Amino acid sequence: MNNNNSEFEPKIVAFVCNWCTYAGADLTGTSRLKYATNVKIVRFPCTGRIDFMLLLKAFAQGADGVIVSGCHPNDCHYTSGNFHARRRWITFRGLLDFMGIDVSRIQYSWVSAAEGAKWADVVNTTVANIRELGPYTEYQKVAGYLDKEEYNG
Amino acid sequence: MDKLREKAAALLADGTVTMVLGYEEGTNKPRPVFCHTAEQASKLVYSSQCINNLAVYLTKKEIMGTGKVAVIATIPTLRSILQLSVENQLNEENLLVITVTDKEEVKEFANFAEIESYIADFQLKLDAKEQEIIDKLEGMSREERFKFWMEEMSHCFKCYACRAACPLCYCTKCIVEENRPQWINPWAAPLANMEWQINRAMHMAGRCTGCGACGDACPVGIPIHLLTRKMMEDLAPEFGFTPGQPSKNGNALSTWKADDKENFIR
Amino acid sequence: METKYISKNGLNEWFSQIVKSGKRVYAPVEERGRVEFKKVQALCEVADEYIQTTQSIKSAVFPRAEVLFSYEKENGQVKVDDFNPDTVKETVLWKVHPCDAAGFKPLTAIFNWDYKDKLYNAHLEKTTLVTFSCAKADKSCFCTSVNGGPGNTAGSDVLLTMLPDGGAIVEILTPKGEALVQLAASAFENDKGEDKSKYLADVPQAFDIEEVRARLATAFDSPVWKEQSERCLGCGACAFVCPTCACFDIQEDAHGSKGKRIRCWDSCGFSLFTKHTSGHNPRSVQSQRWRQRILHKFSYMPDRLSVFGCTGCGRCSRACPVDMNILEHITSITKK
Repeated sequence: MNNNNSEFEPKIVAFVCNWCTYAGADLTGTSRLKYATNVKIVRFPCTGRIDFMLLLKAFAQGADGVIVSGCHPNDCHYTSGNFHARRRWITFRGLLDFMGIDVSRIQYSWVSAAEGAKWADVVNTTVANIRELGPYTEYQKVAGYLDKEEYNG
Repeated sequence: MDKLREKAAALLADGTVTMVLGYEEGTNKPRPVFCHTAEQASKLVYSSQCINNLAVYLTKKEIMGTGKVAVIATIPTLRSILQLSVENQLNEENLLVITVTDKEEVKEFANFAEIESYIADFQLKLDAKEQEIIDKLEGMSREERFKFWMEEMSHCFKCYACRAACPLCYCTKCIVEENRPQWINPWAAPLANMEWQINRAMHMAGRCTGCGACGDACPVGIPIHLLTRKMMEDLAPEFGFTPGQPSKNGNALSTWKADDKENFIR
Repeated sequence: METKYISKNGLNEWFSQIVKSGKRVYAPVEERGRVEFKKVQALCEVADEYIQTTQSIKSAVFPRAEVLFSYEKENGQVKVDDFNPDTVKETVLWKVHPCDAAGFKPLTAIFNWDYKDKLYNAHLEKTTLVTFSCAKADKSCFCTSVNGGPGNTAGSDVLLTMLPDGGAIVEILTPKGEALVQLAASAFENDKGEDKSKYLADVPQAFDIEEVRARLATAFDSPVWKEQSERCLGCGACAFVCPTCACFDIQEDAHGSKGKRIRCWDSCGFSLFTKHTSGHNPRSVQSQRWRQRILHKFSYMPDRLSVFGCTGCGRCSRACPVDMNILEHITSITKK
């Protein structure tokens, strides 16, 4: 755990779908709702397109937390993309937890295009949560492996 | 054993099959053997020591050829055969499946449906040593689990024996060999190894039949079969399939139900 | 070349002096039910009752993944950080077997064939091998069939043969070995005239390597390759545990404007090993790849590099998930 929480600014990457959450985030802005600036948003056509490896890549590249967000079930712009995504996340989360990767650093949500306030809340809550957890140095240290690779591991 | 050898020899002698795939004595334990003539059938053995999963050869066209092939299958192999069949990778007409029962009788299956009812009697469960590791892991904190797996992963040198031994890893170009873009780093380093195993476990989600061939094949003794097994055990109640039985509801990750349950999406 | 004797206490003294000198010491350590080379600080950590480690120690000079250079692009310029040989630390490989030490000869031949590999050579220059003769062998060992032996000195800087009293016969073979001995010169006593061969394992010769080479010269189209390779799964286990296999791949770990060029292990057994950019694969079936493995080690390498590519350590056979027992395969070639 990090003792310098007051100086630590979490780096969050958000993988969101274009039709719901991205539009919702837009609405947050046009509504002039203030929310934490720690998030870098990556836009996908649909949550069904979000490969599970992307989340791990985000952590390996320095993200301390990840948000994955899309349309509510039954509201997917492509009908069933988010259903596929949900299955994938259920599967992936179980595996990650078994391997000891901190799943509490990944926040999944359904945020529709009308839920500007919800998006702000999701981001703020996630940032506060990650600030509490501290930087994900455990994972980032391993990702820097070849910097000092000793040949027998 | 004699009955098995006689059966195999007969099948080859009268031309019913062009090859019998079974086990022969190896250096320390039985190993796969490919019998092309009736004489070679005398090498066949069958025991609880036969742990290689022969189903891995059934998707190799260069081995199977074009004629009918017989395979002497252990229970884990039978499970894999069923899963491969559900995934449309096997031609039922060109495959003759044989097993040896607990009473040492040679049993020939008329079709895959018969195999399914036969293995329903054999419950899939981990052996004591593996259960011990799972229990130990489940008792650990998250940080301890991460340390455990990263320590194991640091030994992996990316030989891909796990992939090579798995009957369900039959992709002609594996994702780790894809380099536009390069998704998973193919070299050996703790994180790259972890990403590879995570990816493999995800690609096995709902498909793994729990044979343990991956863990057995690993030359440096990493218990990776526990990853795919754990996934299988966890997903079975969620997505409605029985561990060890072929997934009749379609592939777990390419199907969905409107009422899939989760407790972490806000 | 000098022979001395060292007592049990002397060995302890010498080992601790080596560690004190700041050199990294890698030795066989038992963990997770296996014996593998690991960095050690004390002699008591070193494993005892075992035949062979699972992996070879070639990773000391040819790591499974190493950075060739790194780069960063900035303002239209590229800054390259090349491999610096000065960063290689002095290393002692303790308790390798004669078959491991012998493996350095083909490795050095490959890495100095036309281009002198600066990473390999930098590592090798700073590496000293302290080899222990083998008192035991198992049925996978066949060093005596490939110009080796349980007490052979080839490739070693110092060779120790353990004696019943806990001490050892010490053969100091190279200037590097001499320098290492000098770290605790007083620990060594005069040669007691013991005959090394009394304490060596019995490894009966299974085949004549020159006969194998002669047969292989005309065996390219033989059906034996298909027969032998049928059960091979095409993984890289044999190549990776082998002390002489040196095939590698060049990879890139790129992140936007920064990156590293990496060399990592590869295996001729992988199905895509020889796939060309055109899509053609000259070794598209496993029998061709198996043939390549055997011919490379027992025919092409002696032809081109004057050294065989196998030291008879038996690791490949032990590691193989489907028991591709190389000793069995080579012996059967001679019997055809």
